[in-house]
Amino acid sequence: MCVCVASKNLPERVKIVEVGPRDGLQNEKTIVPAETKIHLIDMLSDSGLPVIEATSFVSPKWVPQMADQVEVMKGISRKPGVSYPVLTPNLKGFQAAVKAGATEVAIFGAASELFSKKNINCSVDESLQRFEEVMKAAKEANVPVRGYVSCVLGCPYEGKVAPGKVAHVAKRLYSMGCYEISLGDTIGVGTPGGMTEMLEAVSREVPVSALAVHCHDTYGQALANILIALQMGISVVDSSVAGLGGCPYAQGASGNVATEDVVYMMHGLGIHTGVDLSKLMDAGAFICRSLNRKTNSKVAQATCKL
Amino acid sequence: MGNIPTTVKHCLSYEQLIRDYPWLKRLLLEEKEIVPTGVKIQLIDMLSGTGLPVIEATSFVSSKWVPQMADHTDVLKGIQRAPHVQYPVLTPNMHGFQDAVAAGATEVAVFGSASETFSRKNINCSIEESMLRFEEVISAAKEHQIPVRGYVSCALGCPHEGYIEPSKVAEVAKRLYEMGCYEVSLGDTIGVGTPGSMAKMLRSVMEDVPSSALAVHCHDTYGQALANILIALQMGVCVVDSAVAGLGGCPYAQGSSGNVSTEDVLYMLHGMGIETGVDLAKVIEVGDFICNALCRKTNSRVAQARGRTSGHALL
Repeated sequence: MCVCVASKNLPERVKIVEVGPRDGLQNEKTIVPAETKIHLIDMLSDSGLPVIEATSFVSPKWVPQMADQVEVMKGISRKPGVSYPVLTPNLKGFQAAVKAGATEVAIFGAASELFSKKNINCSVDESLQRFEEVMKAAKEANVPVRGYVSCVLGCPYEGKVAPGKVAHVAKRLYSMGCYEISLGDTIGVGTPGGMTEMLEAVSREVPVSALAVHCHDTYGQALANILIALQMGISVVDSSVAGLGGCPYAQGASGNVATEDVVYMMHGLGIHTGVDLSKLMDAGAFICRSLNRKTNSKVAQATCKL
Repeated sequence: MGNIPTTVKHCLSYEQLIRDYPWLKRLLLEEKEIVPTGVKIQLIDMLSGTGLPVIEATSFVSSKWVPQMADHTDVLKGIQRAPHVQYPVLTPNMHGFQDAVAAGATEVAVFGSASETFSRKNINCSIEESMLRFEEVISAAKEHQIPVRGYVSCALGCPHEGYIEPSKVAEVAKRLYEMGCYEVSLGDTIGVGTPGSMAKMLRSVMEDVPSSALAVHCHDTYGQALANILIALQMGVCVVDSAVAGLGGCPYAQGSSGNVSTEDVLYMLHGMGIETGVDLAKVIEVGDFICNALCRKTNSRVAQARGRTSGHALL
C-alpha cells in the first residue's frame, strides 16, 4: 500500500492524454461536423496537450460520429511534438488509418469476458488474437501502439472484476508490443481502494512507467482515483475536455473526467503538464457551444462566474 | 493508501446551505419561498435514520439576517433526537447561545475566518473581535457543559484576498482549540483548494492542533473535494463535513456547486473499507426527498448514477 503523503512521491511531470475528440465525442448524441472536430483538435493542440486522440477507424455503421475519420485526420494542423493516436479495432481499420496519415494507433481489450462478448462479440482472448494482426502490421510500419483495458474496476454486467484478470490482459497487451497500457474504469465505479489493489496487481506484470489511468467520473470518484494512481507512480492520465462523453451504462450520468479539472489538480500539486488551462477552457467552451450542452467540468463552471 | 483511519465520523450539515449563502437568502426573500419548518424537521428526522452521527440542525442567528433560520426554535424542538446522534447548532454570539440553550441545544458551533477581509465582509468584524465574541460563548458553554465545535473558513483561499497563508489558518485553529473547541473544522469555503494546498495547510495546523481534533469541510466548486478529503484522511484526519445531495451552491461563483455531497463522500469511504456507520442507500433517499422539496436536481454524482441504472455500483 502507498504510504506517501501529498507532494511527496508524486511525479514531477504528468502526460495528459486528451480523449475528448474520440472517446468524448463518440459518446455524445449530437453528430458534430468534421470542421468542428478539426477546429476542436487544433484548439487542443494549441493548449499544450502532448497527446490528442483524434478519431477512430471503426466502421461508421457502428459509430456514425466517427464516419468523417479520414477527413478529420487529413484536416487537422499537426503541432510538432504532439501525438495524434487513432483507434483501430482491426487490420482494416489500421490500414485505413495509416493511409489517412496516422502515425500512432490504439487497440483495446476488456478485463471482463461478458463485456468483451457484449461489446465486440468475442471473448477477451479472441479479441487479443485479432489485435496480433494489427500489432504485426504496426511493427512493420513503425507505428507505435497504445493498449486500452476496459472494466478495470468493475463491469456493468459482471460486477466486480478481479485485479488478476486486469493484470493478465494488461500483460498480454504489453507483451504484444503496446508501448503503454491505459487502464480504464469504464463505468466509474472504482474508488481509491479498488484502484490501489488493481494497480498493485498490474504493476507486478507491467512497469509503472508504461501504465496510464483512464478514470470515469460517473460516481464522482475520478480525481481521488487519479490522485492515488499518481501516488503509486503513474504519470499518464487520460481525460476529456469539458468532461465530454457520458456513460452509456448510466443514462444522463457523467462519464469521462474533465481535463480542466484534472489539470487544475495537477497544477495545484505543482506537477508540470505543459497545458495552458485557460486555452484548454476555451476549447471546452467551443465544443460545448457546438454541441449545445453544458460543460461537465466544475473548473469551467466555477471560473466563468467568478 | 497512507494512514487512513478505519472509521470516520461523518458530520452532516444541511442547514449550512441556508446559513452560509446570503445569495440564497436573497433569492428566497425575492421568491418569498422559505422551506417550511415541517420539511426541515422531516429532513433531519430522515437523516437521523441513516446512521449519521452528527447533524447540524439549525442556526441561532438573527432572523433579520437569515430569515430561513427564523424557525430555529421550532426546528430544534420538533426533531426526534435519535440516541447517539449529535445535533449541533450555530451560535454566532451570546444572544444566540442563550436562545439555543433555551430551545434545548446540547452542542453548539462557532466560526472564525482565516481571512481578515472575509471576516469583515461576512460578519462585520475583525478576526480578533470575532474571537472575543466566541470566548464569551465558549465560557458560557463550559458552564452548561455544552461542547463547542469551531469552524475556520477560507482555509485554502479567500474570495477577496486570494491565497491564505497556512500559518494564518493554523493561528485561528489554534486559538479556537485553546479556547475550548473540542473539534475544529477547516473549511475550503470557495473550493479552490487542491491536495497540494490541503496538505500544506494541514501540516501547518497539525503543529498546533492534534489531527484527532480536526475536521475538513471541503467545497466541490472546482471538483477537488474528494481528492482533498482523501489527502486529509491520509494525513490522519477522520472527521469529514458534507451536505446531502451536495446542497448549497457557492455564493462567490453563482450557479456553481458548493458543498461536497455526502453520498459521494460515503461512496468513496466505503469503497476504501472505511467504516462510517451510515447507510448510503438511505442517504440517497433523503437526498431525493429534499431535492423534490426544493425543486432542484441533486449535485451528487452517485445519486445521479444510481437513479439511472439498475445499480451497477460495487459496494
